Amino acid sequence: MDSNRFIARHVSTLPKSGIRDFFEIVAKMRDVISLGIGEPDFVTPWRIREAAIFALEKGKTHYTSNLGLIELRRAICRYVGEHYGLSYDPENQVLVTVGVSEAIDIALRALVNPGDKVLFHQPCYVSYHPSVTLTHGVGVPVPTMAADHFALTAAALAAAWQPGCKLLLLNLPCNPTGGTCSEEQLGQIAQFCVEKDLLVITDEIYSELTFEGQHVSIARLPGMTERTIFLHGFSKAFAMTGWRIGYACGPAPLIDAMMKVHQYSMMCASILSQEAAIEALLHGEDDVKRMREQYHRRRDFVVRRFNEIGLSCHLPRGSFYAFPSVAATGLGEREFAFNLLERERVAVVPGSAFGENGRGFVRASFATGYDQLVEACRRIERFVAARGSGR
Amino acid sequence: MNPVLKLLLEGGSLTTVQMAQVLNLTEAEVNQQLEQLKQQRIFLGWRPVLNLSKEDAGAVRAVIEVRITPERGGGFNRFAERISRFDEVESCYLMSGGYDLLVFVTGASLQRVAAFVSEKLSTIAGVLSTSTHFLLRSYKEQGYLMDAPAEENGRLTVTP
Repeated sequence: MDSNRFIARHVSTLPKSGIRDFFEIVAKMRDVISLGIGEPDFVTPWRIREAAIFALEKGKTHYTSNLGLIELRRAICRYVGEHYGLSYDPENQVLVTVGVSEAIDIALRALVNPGDKVLFHQPCYVSYHPSVTLTHGVGVPVPTMAADHFALTAAALAAAWQPGCKLLLLNLPCNPTGGTCSEEQLGQIAQFCVEKDLLVITDEIYSELTFEGQHVSIARLPGMTERTIFLHGFSKAFAMTGWRIGYACGPAPLIDAMMKVHQYSMMCASILSQEAAIEALLHGEDDVKRMREQYHRRRDFVVRRFNEIGLSCHLPRGSFYAFPSVAATGLGEREFAFNLLERERVAVVPGSAFGENGRGFVRASFATGYDQLVEACRRIERFVAARGSGR
Repeated sequence: MNPVLKLLLEGGSLTTVQMAQVLNLTEAEVNQQLEQLKQQRIFLGWRPVLNLSKEDAGAVRAVIEVRITPERGGGFNRFAERISRFDEVESCYLMSGGYDLLVFVTGASLQRVAAFVSEKLSTIAGVLSTSTHFLLRSYKEQGYLMDAPAEENGRLTVTP
């Protein structure tokens, strides 16, 4: 019997993540240095892990409020107040979610009617476009360019805009490019959103990992708090990817709508992760700083090496990804990644896994120890040099 | 903090060549900076961190609380420096609270440590009392856990 006929059309036509097939190949190889990993190489700081152990010992094994523990929501409000200058009410403007991924999913499910158009900048995180498609919305990619350091510009946004656009999805600093926007650029984007009556969903998961200047959230700009859903989580800054814990802040009616989807699908985020998250917000600052400093030095090293090797690479202002162009090698990004893996056992992710606009680039994560980074760059250099002499 | 120093603290066992690459310096510059840090008495030297319970020789370690009468003109410093010069003394700190100096001592046997305390330490003029505690087991040394197995790196090789 062909079971495929039972699968919903919009799911069966959904392409699989471009990262998936690549992962399958890498997983079967030995001695690979992977720069393909989208998570910190640090283990969650012990004080946070210990808080979860303590919570388990105390018998904290029950459901929490659908919105999340009130202590956590209060801590979130204090944190986003201090770090982003945003003011939310923990009673009805904050929702604790199972990672930012869930927050994006339920925000889209709560807001998108079939056929509604959702703008997002591209290259971008792999789940944005499919999440829009799964809600029967229409994704409208807005290209970002290496020449702009992969910042989203209001001009590109205006060029991509079409009637029927309702939402703009932002991820700054961006996975995979590390690009982000200046306050001025954000101001122009905000103005455009007001003009076109767009609601913004901003995923600022990499914001603590901003290396130059202050990170600015679009939610803070004039007129934007009431038309922005601010999404954040603990995975990157606190090295807590596996805990699956994040949150959404926004206008009460929108949070309430998201809460409806959340309560019928997820009920609540894991109580142990919520307890750990409280500890992270209250006492994790020094750990964040320590990790950011290391990423900063690694970024400087990796980007400098890529440019020396001849892979032109912009300086990402945030995140832990470098996004060099492989055009100089004469190879496409997939060919480059597969050949590099085969010949030199170094894994990078082809940029096209992050959308059409990632063609010609690869993503290299520097969330890896120095010795591995030094060795990986040496191998990439050898690979690129061999290409040059072989042509 | 000096970048070379920072990398020494966080970089594990990088060679000077690797350090030079990470910091965009020549190897000579890294060596020169290390030399300078040594001259400034900031970087004092290298020592391996060992799990001594696995070493057959098994040295005995003790921590000694010392109360002293401070000297006019010299305070505690002259005593502390004098005590620190003994090879048996690993570390020596001036403390606030119920005693003045905290001295970490290593010896080949219990008797050797006891002899050091009774013959050398407590006989120094000005030493009022000593209180010796022997270390039974070490769980963490200089930031390294002794017996905990290495934490698994369970990361998948490629993730979004």
